[in-house]
Amino acid sequence: MVTTTEKKGRFGKFGGQFVPETLMTALNELEQAYEEARQDPSFQEELQDYLHNYVGRENPLYFAKRLSEHLGGPKIYFKREDLNHTGAHKINNALGQVLLAKRMGKKKVVAETGAGQHGVATATVCALFDMECVIFMGREDVKRQELNVFRMELLGATVQPVDSGSATLKDACNEAMRYWVTNVEDTHYILGSALGPHPFPTIVRDFQRIIGDETRRQILEKEQRLPDAVVACVGGGSNAIGMFTPFVEDENVRLYGVEAAGHGIATGEHAAAFADLKEGVLHGSYMYLLQDDHGMVQEAISISAGLDYPGVGPEHCYLHDIGRVEYKSATDEDALEGFKLLSKIEGIIPALETSHAISFASKLAKEMTKNEIMVICLSGRGDKDVAQVRDALGGRVHD
Amino acid sequence: MTKTLQQVIEQKNEQGEKAFIPYIMAGDEGLTHTKETIRYLQQLGATAIEVGIPFSDPVADGPVIEKAGLRALAEGTNLRTILAMLEEIKEDVQTPVILMTYLNPLVHFGLQDFVKAATKAKVKGLIIPDMPLEECDIIQPFLEGTDIALVQLVSLTSSKARIQEIAEAAEGFIYAVTVNGTTGEQRDFQDHVMQHLKEIKSLVSLPVLAGFGISNRQTAEKMSEGIDGVIVGSAIVDALHRKDYDTIEQFFQKEPVETNS
Repeated sequence: MVTTTEKKGRFGKFGGQFVPETLMTALNELEQAYEEARQDPSFQEELQDYLHNYVGRENPLYFAKRLSEHLGGPKIYFKREDLNHTGAHKINNALGQVLLAKRMGKKKVVAETGAGQHGVATATVCALFDMECVIFMGREDVKRQELNVFRMELLGATVQPVDSGSATLKDACNEAMRYWVTNVEDTHYILGSALGPHPFPTIVRDFQRIIGDETRRQILEKEQRLPDAVVACVGGGSNAIGMFTPFVEDENVRLYGVEAAGHGIATGEHAAAFADLKEGVLHGSYMYLLQDDHGMVQEAISISAGLDYPGVGPEHCYLHDIGRVEYKSATDEDALEGFKLLSKIEGIIPALETSHAISFASKLAKEMTKNEIMVICLSGRGDKDVAQVRDALGGRVHD
Repeated sequence: MTKTLQQVIEQKNEQGEKAFIPYIMAGDEGLTHTKETIRYLQQLGATAIEVGIPFSDPVADGPVIEKAGLRALAEGTNLRTILAMLEEIKEDVQTPVILMTYLNPLVHFGLQDFVKAATKAKVKGLIIPDMPLEECDIIQPFLEGTDIALVQLVSLTSSKARIQEIAEAAEGFIYAVTVNGTTGEQRDFQDHVMQHLKEIKSLVSLPVLAGFGISNRQTAEKMSEGIDGVIVGSAIVDALHRKDYDTIEQFFQKEPVETNS
């Protein structure tokens, strides 16, 4: 019901390969290499080995007893992607793609990063496999996430600040694509979210679906049944698509994606492409895209550097249109509340991105009963955000 | 039926001359200025004029064109005002106008509405750098029966088979991208580029024009050898911005320039 292949690389009308001709050969090669790797037991074995011994999978599905009691609704479980090596789900995809790049004989890797989590994950796997690594990062994000910049440099990557446009994630994507066009013969682009031209949204989803596969197995072990609701935050949407994919056919499992509402949807200063529902083309993909009255891409606004992308992955667009996933949003303020709540009640400091999911889940919990089960994808840990949150709260946790 | 753009290029070639297509950014210094620039380039003898539509995220362009686009956007330029400007001058501009635009402004405008408006404004060609062969069907049906040629790009990475496939669908001319990279990127054009251009020429029946990174008259002459002409973007945009009309006019001189100049 869900995977449509009316046209190659399409999810319904979304997706596609809207890139300069120079990249088409590379995309076709990537598609073919991925198809072969996917079916090659030795590739899968190597990937599993690194996921287990290097990333630390499988990670727990943790019953958040205190939060469940506090909210007074369903039993809440957290899928602990924050416990992965490098502190977020991003490493699942970076590892898969670097193995693919190595298999394709590429010498260099280029990537974009927003919050720095994907940049750190990419720099990490490049260190591990001795690949040259260039990371493009918006100048604004370099400022917001200076520790992550230092981390990437420690790992041997070159971080290139990007000044064009809004100097955030979309501009970093532009520069990474330009770099890839220029160096396409020996370079692989490790796209960090379920975005971009085909085959990237499919590759990223497949490398991230381990989140949902493990969750499904773990919840069946613990509860002998599937959850009633699953919640994940959505920027480009990689942790969400990874979490949702194994549940898409289970029609009784309600799926919720949570976008960043920034200063509030009504202010127009947000990062919620599903709030506007304007179709557009950016970075190779036909998708819902924030844009002005003349089709200029709008700057996405969010407290979280990892969610301020103006588009949303094409498969999410499709899942939205067929009504399989509900897309909601949480403001900066909501996210800060979620951030504080989880820290205080469960002793887990979540990433600001994840805090959006927590905020929405807290509201959803109030409409659910004690007999129900909710799973939240705890996509990353918040160490990287502590300084920013301190500033946002004016240095004080309590008013 | 052969579209006007192809006819004009072929006529030029039949006269023993190479086609020369300058690129300008619509709205750089305002649309009134763009109007004057189009007339100026027509007077100099441009074979066609490529008019760029400014876009917020021009991934195929280098810094010169990106900055020109941002200047144009700051002037309040948009697709609607550009089409209106072209309609105003359509009677006195006989040189074919080609629009070079990223896909998103067209999607936002509505593809069918755009084709109608462009037809009314006498647009003769369309280049969409982020729409490869595989995705052309998003707009192609609307272009059928119009005099707007959908120009296709081929690159250094396009295989022989792919070049042939692209040529099947192409109209107007084949735009041969001469670097792996963005517009305005100046490299030493090596022999393999010339070889590649000649190979493209041998594979297709449409005129072949080279573009990306052709920054001066000498390079333009060298690149045109064995093919049908060149497109010059960043060098023209930059010269217009600096009001350096000598540089622009050099591209149009009939006599070959001395290489030691």
